[in-house]
Amino acid sequence: MTACGTTKEDGKGGGSDAACDLKLAFFGPETGDAAGLGKPIIQGAKLAVDQYNADADCKVELVKYDSQGSPDAAPGLARDVVGDESIIGVVGPAFSGESAAAGPIFADVGVPTITPSATNPTLADNGWDTFHRALGNDATQGPAAARYIKDTLKAASVFVIDDASEYGAGLAGIVEKDLGDAVKGTDTIQQKQTDFSATVTKVTSAKPDAVFFGGYYAEATLLIGQLRDGGWDGTFVVADGVKDPAFLDAKDAAEGTIITCPCIPDTDPAVAQFAKDYEAAFGEAPGTYAAESYDAANIFLDGIGDGIDNREDMLKFVNDYDEKGITKQLKFDDKGEPADVHVYAYTVKDGAIVPEGEIK
Amino acid sequence: MNTGLKSKVTSLPKPVKILIWLLLALLAYALPLLEPPILSTPDSDFASVLFTVSIYCLVALGLNIVVGYAGLLDLGYVGFYAIGAYTVAILTSFHASWPLLLAIPVGVVAAMVSGIILGAPTLRVRGDYLAIVTLGFGEIIRLVVLNTEWLGASKGINNIGRPPNVGDAPDGLFELPHLFWGNGTVLLDTKDTTKFLIFGYSDAVPFYWVALTAVIVVLFADRLIKNSRVGRAWEATREDEDAAELMGVPTFKFKLLAFATGAFVGGLAGGLFATQQSFINPQSFLLLFSILYLAAVVVGGQGNRWGVLIGAFLVAYLPERFRGFEDFRVLAFGLALVLLATLRPQGLLPPRRTVRAKQLEQELDELEEGAGGEETARA
Amino acid sequence: MNFDFFFSNLPELTITGLAFGAIYALIALGYTMVYGVLQLINFAHSEVFMYGTFATLWVVMALGAADADGVQLIAILIAALLAAMALSALIALALERVAYRPLIKRDAPRLIALISAIGASFVLAELMGLRDRIAGWLHLDDNLSEYVRKAKINNSMAGAIEKPRFEVAGVSISSIDVIVIVAAIGMMILLDQFVRRSRLGKGIRATAQDPETAALMGVNPTRTIQYTFLIGGLMAGVAAFLYMLKLDATNYQVGFLLGVKAFTAAVLGGIGNLRGALLGGLVLGVAENWGQALIGSQWRDVIAFVLLVLILLVRPTGLLGESLGKARA
Repeated sequence: MTACGTTKEDGKGGGSDAACDLKLAFFGPETGDAAGLGKPIIQGAKLAVDQYNADADCKVELVKYDSQGSPDAAPGLARDVVGDESIIGVVGPAFSGESAAAGPIFADVGVPTITPSATNPTLADNGWDTFHRALGNDATQGPAAARYIKDTLKAASVFVIDDASEYGAGLAGIVEKDLGDAVKGTDTIQQKQTDFSATVTKVTSAKPDAVFFGGYYAEATLLIGQLRDGGWDGTFVVADGVKDPAFLDAKDAAEGTIITCPCIPDTDPAVAQFAKDYEAAFGEAPGTYAAESYDAANIFLDGIGDGIDNREDMLKFVNDYDEKGITKQLKFDDKGEPADVHVYAYTVKDGAIVPEGEIK
Repeated sequence: MNTGLKSKVTSLPKPVKILIWLLLALLAYALPLLEPPILSTPDSDFASVLFTVSIYCLVALGLNIVVGYAGLLDLGYVGFYAIGAYTVAILTSFHASWPLLLAIPVGVVAAMVSGIILGAPTLRVRGDYLAIVTLGFGEIIRLVVLNTEWLGASKGINNIGRPPNVGDAPDGLFELPHLFWGNGTVLLDTKDTTKFLIFGYSDAVPFYWVALTAVIVVLFADRLIKNSRVGRAWEATREDEDAAELMGVPTFKFKLLAFATGAFVGGLAGGLFATQQSFINPQSFLLLFSILYLAAVVVGGQGNRWGVLIGAFLVAYLPERFRGFEDFRVLAFGLALVLLATLRPQGLLPPRRTVRAKQLEQELDELEEGAGGEETARA
Repeated sequence: MNFDFFFSNLPELTITGLAFGAIYALIALGYTMVYGVLQLINFAHSEVFMYGTFATLWVVMALGAADADGVQLIAILIAALLAAMALSALIALALERVAYRPLIKRDAPRLIALISAIGASFVLAELMGLRDRIAGWLHLDDNLSEYVRKAKINNSMAGAIEKPRFEVAGVSISSIDVIVIVAAIGMMILLDQFVRRSRLGKGIRATAQDPETAALMGVNPTRTIQYTFLIGGLMAGVAAFLYMLKLDATNYQVGFLLGVKAFTAAVLGGIGNLRGALLGGLVLGVAENWGQALIGSQWRDVIAFVLLVLILLVRPTGLLGESLGKARA
């Protein structure tokens, strides 16, 4: 299916002789535990590259560096990326952990990276010029989620749960702080666990109007099912890590869930077109971060289309970029954070994730 | 065939033998510069992979003391590795800014102390219980780190200290070119050089040299200990604890010593890993790694230091070399373990003593005409 | 520590803890029996359980439990239970044949059997994880796409089964938890009686006590080992079914953590001891829930392992001591 990549001996060490022979790298999990998160990102980037190649004389190749989401493998892979001069941009690294491990290497050599999914706010504070983020970090999404719970849901009591992952714990921490006294209790579950009965008892005994869960869809699906089975009927609020078609597997239990996401709804024509193309290419609806990945790849492809053929120019190009993407206005501040982030609320209705509007 | 070659090597005069060893060591040091075609990894940086291999070798040597020499089944070895790594991370970056060369010894001692604290109450319980208790220990360490803000929680710790450069940055004392293997030609790649000894981010070669040196030092120490009174006491304890105790071997003390020594080496490996990585989070210390380490020791031949080195090399290197197999890596690894276990139950390179014992056993079995398979399976 | 919450919700916490503990106990049986007979840790037993969860999932999907009710639903659930037991038992037998028997025949050291088990565990889990690819090669993915869909969590069963709650003396109880506890304890009593009284059970106990004498007395050791794996597999199948009934969801890695916990439960109760497995499982399940209530859910596994260490320090052979053959030295 995704035939490109994997045999890269040709480019290694020899350098590229023609400016034509340019590559983009995907850096993140393709196999292993986290493959589920990597797949939409790979497919989003691949869609962008394929669309570019369809009417370009010089084809761009997307090479996949499969970190399996583990920071252990990240430095080795990153050193391999920087050793291949024909790679002039990296879509990734996907997780905050591998970003932290690979970041210094990319910064050292000067390979521009745009991550579509790593949301740890501290990543931008390392002073890496090469670091860019195509989505809002936890610090932008958290307050928006808290505002929604306070102003729109008008929930008087909230229970905050996180999954101890850097994404979930970071987000939940911010929401908890912003909600202040409304928080009636907190609990932390662990990823990969399946039975949350103690947590459910905590929630049913606190009887909150809303539960905020910071984490990914796999645990969210189970948690909401068990909360509903436990007899709790308040509003379940989650963030973009849950905005994935797989969350709908929870069926009736998922109904009414509020999902916050710093991503433009697909009622926007450009986004709708992307969703249609994506579905045509891969036979499924775009998963979490597919659109961000598409945007990230397109920034590099725009640069290549402009005739850029080296990392130095590409880095400058990305730093100065200011165009409308499908998720947001793509422009980075000097730390590499997106300059313009809007957070939208979505809700699960009749087995579909439908947009509700921007959280102001 | 094998023994023929071996006797030829052993009959060589001592200076020649030393020369051969020196040449082998030199080759090992030069490996990341040579980047030999079949051996070098197409999908990841070769020097980084070699570094990982060296760390596995260290870990396997340490675990071999516990499992191979003293016969204690440890399923939580990654815990000591984590303690070494986190001590170094905290002391050089998170809560202090010690120089690395001071932090590593502290990390190693911390791992050793935790080995004694864990071992003192638990080494009195029987073998298989020890397995599950150590497994629990490894998980506890990871979970405590994961859920404690003071230890970085899931966000991890970055900017971990690096070894001091020898020579002035950015060029170092001198530059060593890497080889470039084209189609049928070998060239010195002047663009791709390693600066001697600059511990930068984008070049893993100096880190590999440090790790390799650690492996060689531990290997020598291992040889000394194994041939000493301590080594013989371990062996006696492993073979028959009661008999050893009767002969005046304080078995508990020696088991504790094995545990502490193993933890020492594990902590060292963890510390080196942390500095090369420059970032650690709890993901690098999963239970799965304890299992991989044990696999390295047992596959190679527990009790034989060269065997476990081979085991470590296979376990660390093959998955990196065959990254191309993507989805099927773990499956192939599992199959390989089953096949190895069924085809070479003693490990690839069993210790000499086991080979002799096996031969003796076979002779006895032939005399007795079979029966009693169960008893030996429990040995 | 949150004592207020703990004491006011003690009954509920205990019941949900017992329900999950019962599942631990059923899985623990497989570890304990194999250990009793062969003295080896059947590391791959967790995958035996995992295959059972998928068998349940697939049968429930195929027979359309979502639209069924009453007698029809019960029939579907029974079919799912039987399928789970059958698949788990099959995997357990295959495991014995491929990963253990060659080693037992060659008198391999026990550690190498553990490595073989670890390898087999990887293979089994990965085969399930790659089921979408395998179905692709066999050109079955068009027909089976819903069944082999790759996902972090497979919960196509969600919502298929109603889980009514009822109140007893002000405590809200899930009917599923009651079913799980009763079914698990019932199975354990049945098995205990079977091993105690039947001819086959006596053979298993005899082999556990002294394999050579048992062999001399006419107990076929290979056959006995096979039956031991078979029984462990059947129980894992029951556990898998009850687990799916309670949680609706599985994935190909679900076995690992549960397996570790179940083995902990077996050691806690005294490995090799059937009643110990039950007690160990229940104690572990309840202790985890109580501990989570008191100090936070993130410490669940830490609580389990600390409890294990504490009990082993006080009672080095577990709560009830080791005794599949009742007289192990």
